[in-house]
Amino acid sequence: MPWDLDNERPIYLQLMERIQQDIVSGVYKPGEKIPSVRDLALDAAVNPNTMQKALSELERSGLVYSQRTSGRFITEDAGMLKELKRSLAADHIRDFFHKMRQLGFSDDETLNIIQETIKGEDHESNT
Amino acid sequence: MKAILECQRLTKRYGNFFALSDLSFTLERGQIIGLLGPNGSGKTTLIKLINGLLVPSDGQIAVNGCAPGVESKKIVSYLPDRDCLPSQIRVKDALTLYSDFYSDFSMERAAKMLDALEIDRHSRLSALSKGTKEKVQLILVMSRDAQLYVLDEPIGGVDPAARDYILRTILTNYSENATILISTHLISDIENVLDHVLFLKAGHLVLNEAVDEVRTKYGKSVDSLFREVFRC
Repeated sequence: MPWDLDNERPIYLQLMERIQQDIVSGVYKPGEKIPSVRDLALDAAVNPNTMQKALSELERSGLVYSQRTSGRFITEDAGMLKELKRSLAADHIRDFFHKMRQLGFSDDETLNIIQETIKGEDHESNT
Repeated sequence: MKAILECQRLTKRYGNFFALSDLSFTLERGQIIGLLGPNGSGKTTLIKLINGLLVPSDGQIAVNGCAPGVESKKIVSYLPDRDCLPSQIRVKDALTLYSDFYSDFSMERAAKMLDALEIDRHSRLSALSKGTKEKVQLILVMSRDAQLYVLDEPIGGVDPAARDYILRTILTNYSENATILISTHLISDIENVLDHVLFLKAGHLVLNEAVDEVRTKYGKSVDSLFREVFRC
């Protein structure tokens, strides 16, 4: 199944985000080997050079590391993984608040709505 | 190592009409390049020049450092934009023909792809649908171990499912140092598998850029940029 990529932003950035997402959500475990560039490129239906670039960038950030002969692995640095999770969450929250402001809600109003929504869901799950 | 393809001030003229004028560019090894442009922009003319089917009116073209000829045909695998095989022969005879002609042809690879697309080897080409005939030709071309693949409209006539298979075939079958030049109108279908794009407009090269560079620079896909550059 080709990966879902949008049409405006550079492809390698989107591949990086997807792999980060997969790391955070546990598709790849810390210390685990990730598939080869070619296999990942085929899976995503993208150019292998673009996938190579995405992985090199992730390597530069330290999130994955390569071992000369045996391939690429996910970092085992728990602190770094936690930091990644936090920064992805921060991105989502920023996006969300941005959209809510576009709808005309102040940040306080948004917080209220969030609380109401959570209460509502609690209520639903209790019944 | 020499560039796989180099054009310098390449020009093709028919009387007063310039099919290509003053094209200068180099193709790197190990890349997939899209050759894009509206009808009549010179794509097929360029492809015919690469394959020695036309000779330049001016300027130079070199494949692996040499002018197109016997030596270049050994390392260039070419898919023309029309039927290039006698229609009365059978699929299996076409395979033999290719394997006789090209020492880098892999019968095994061809067999695998024919099976995956469920194409009967005993059928005559004339009995195949347009799309299936195109698939057979593409299989023949991609079963060679070439250094440069030149594909003129490889996915135009086939259905979307087969298109996906063909793109996967292209991705799986080229070696890391081979270069693939694909001309097409179906940009959005292949944009993600391209490294680089060349835009031709009325015989001129108007864009020569990496796909992600296009997206970074213009904030839009190659497909949208194409629609903008070539708005009618």
